Amino acid sequence: MSSLTEKDRPIVQLLLNTGTCPRCILRFCSVGSQMLYRHPHQNLMKDLKEFLKNNQEKEDTVCLDVVDPPCKRIRLEYSEEGADDLSHNGAIPQIPSADDGNAAMESSAVKVCNVCLGILQEFCEADFVKKVCQKVNSADYQFTSFVFSVSLPPQLSVRENLGLPLAKDDIVQLKEAYKWIIHPQLSEELGVPADGKSLFEISVIFAHPETDEECHFLATACPDCFKPAKNKQSVFTRMAVIKALEKIKEEDFLKHFPCPPSSPKTLCDALEIQCNNGAVFVAGRYNKYSRNLPQTPWIIDGERKLESSVEELISEHLMAEFKADSFNFSSSGREDVDVRTLGNGRPFAIELVNPRRIRFTAEEMKRLQQAINDSSDKIQVRDLQLVTREAIGRMKEGEEEKTKTYSALIWTDKAIEREDIAFLDEIKELKLDQKTPLRVLHRRPLAVRCRVIHTMKSEYIDEHHFRLQLKTQAGTYIKEFVHGDFGRTKPNIGSLLNRTADILELDVESVDVDWPPTLAD
Amino acid sequence: MAEGAVAVPGGAERYFTRWYKPDVKGRPCEDFCVLQHSNRICVITLAEAHPLLQSGKTIKNINYQISANCSRLQNKVSGKSKRGAQFLTELAPLCRISSSDGEEYTIYSCIRGRLIEVNENILSNPTLLQEKPSTEGYIAVVLPKFEESKSITQGLLTQKEYEEVLLKRRNSAA
Repeated sequence: MSSLTEKDRPIVQLLLNTGTCPRCILRFCSVGSQMLYRHPHQNLMKDLKEFLKNNQEKEDTVCLDVVDPPCKRIRLEYSEEGADDLSHNGAIPQIPSADDGNAAMESSAVKVCNVCLGILQEFCEADFVKKVCQKVNSADYQFTSFVFSVSLPPQLSVRENLGLPLAKDDIVQLKEAYKWIIHPQLSEELGVPADGKSLFEISVIFAHPETDEECHFLATACPDCFKPAKNKQSVFTRMAVIKALEKIKEEDFLKHFPCPPSSPKTLCDALEIQCNNGAVFVAGRYNKYSRNLPQTPWIIDGERKLESSVEELISEHLMAEFKADSFNFSSSGREDVDVRTLGNGRPFAIELVNPRRIRFTAEEMKRLQQAINDSSDKIQVRDLQLVTREAIGRMKEGEEEKTKTYSALIWTDKAIEREDIAFLDEIKELKLDQKTPLRVLHRRPLAVRCRVIHTMKSEYIDEHHFRLQLKTQAGTYIKEFVHGDFGRTKPNIGSLLNRTADILELDVESVDVDWPPTLAD
Repeated sequence: MAEGAVAVPGGAERYFTRWYKPDVKGRPCEDFCVLQHSNRICVITLAEAHPLLQSGKTIKNINYQISANCSRLQNKVSGKSKRGAQFLTELAPLCRISSSDGEEYTIYSCIRGRLIEVNENILSNPTLLQEKPSTEGYIAVVLPKFEESKSITQGLLTQKEYEEVLLKRRNSAA
């Protein structure tokens, strides 16, 4: 399958004459040898021409198999002279060849390929590989492999449709051939293997403005394939174009599009070369010691209410160390701005998006934790560690099922004696009916929820104050259980004591979720 | 002032702003209070000077059926966006309360917005209305439109302005 046969001859001849590059010719002839595509461009051109010259010779032409020099050396030689040529005229150099005096040769010495628009030409050359690698290296990523992704202009799919009697299913896809050629080069230059499952992605977006309008006739032929949608810059997406090409009748296509396609004046443009590293996740537990610190930034009408937040105090250090683009904070439940979180703290996890640095030793994580703790006395962090994305599910599972313990400072309007509140300690498994609290009703559905206070322990302070320790089902609104929320939580501390009660301070004493694992100090 | 006006040191007062609408529909002393939470939710209550809260009044009946076809008890909301809520204009009646002396008072919404819930507890326990008019004896919860959450209180009096109204009433009565 690695070589051309006699039946390919007319196609090779036709394509060569109309300005198709040798690698695209191999693709259309269903040549599946990866090695062959990596041969230097001008060698392939020479081989193809020889193949045509050996006109009536043996059936199975061997030229392409025989001419198989050590690939690397040739490429390097070529890239040196190629680079010089390119810097002068920006186009693919013509093949320097002593014996290309005849007319057939001249007509095939076309510059930019009419099918791949240069993708399998200049963008396979060492110069472009270097350019990509420089971009990658300058971004300073930690990675041990890479996955290379290419975005091609949609009109390439249109041009691919040559209107020739070809075995369409066996044609080698442009992207596939491109990767065969460029993967080994990138791999060598970067010093790490290409791996389809790698979390480190190098992506290149190609565009070709000169031929952008070539898809437009499809919109009139198949209007239902091109529905405008939000977040789409153009209706001519690659998928829509491919779908339309499948639907359109051959004769309609040929009416609107010249086959084979005309030769373009310009090469594709490598619009963007981007890198992206897979997210890493950091988990831990935090204590919050301030009653003026929200968990997440508190912004109303675009105006900041308080200058900091738990997530920012933790994340700013992580962002700096991991050199990430952004972060996503999540936690096992949350506390109000005026509530402290004491005890072992509340489990949290932070997703670091597109981090440059991803490897940290346990010792480095410990230092990072120390840096966070040294920077603020409003929060403290423990058990800071790298975790997997999957493990974060454990944190959310605990959110609804586990119990929580709280400590509340309570005020009553009428005076209390020790014995007035002692009975609270005897109440076990107290069932509450809680209507959605007014303070969250604007963003949650109205419902009556049944919640359980497992135990309570009171501690008398003075005639109007006492402290109450509560162990409750997760999801119980404690403040409303104390003041009653206009009688919307029943029973409540006020109704139990037959007084008006209010909550002055609330602390979370424990969040009973056993994730992330505890670390030794 | 009525007993219900005793201020709690924190609690409800921390998050709610009180607004007043006196002499609604020209009826003397039929004052209402709108407690607006910082999240724009409003709780409609009777104001301290309302005739129903004066000593000697006994509540005979509270009726949320405000017309033959409309009962506030049938109000149902669903989802975060509170679909299906009855829409209230400023002078939409919420309920009618009759006292044993034969008077009947209509309680008005006072603000535009969607009816989220009415207080069914006062049906079974009407004394709540008189004992705790600004907490457990509330009438209804109303959610103003987001874009109207500031403007709906513009025609209402602040606590201070309302106190001046009360002072004037007392002076003219004396």
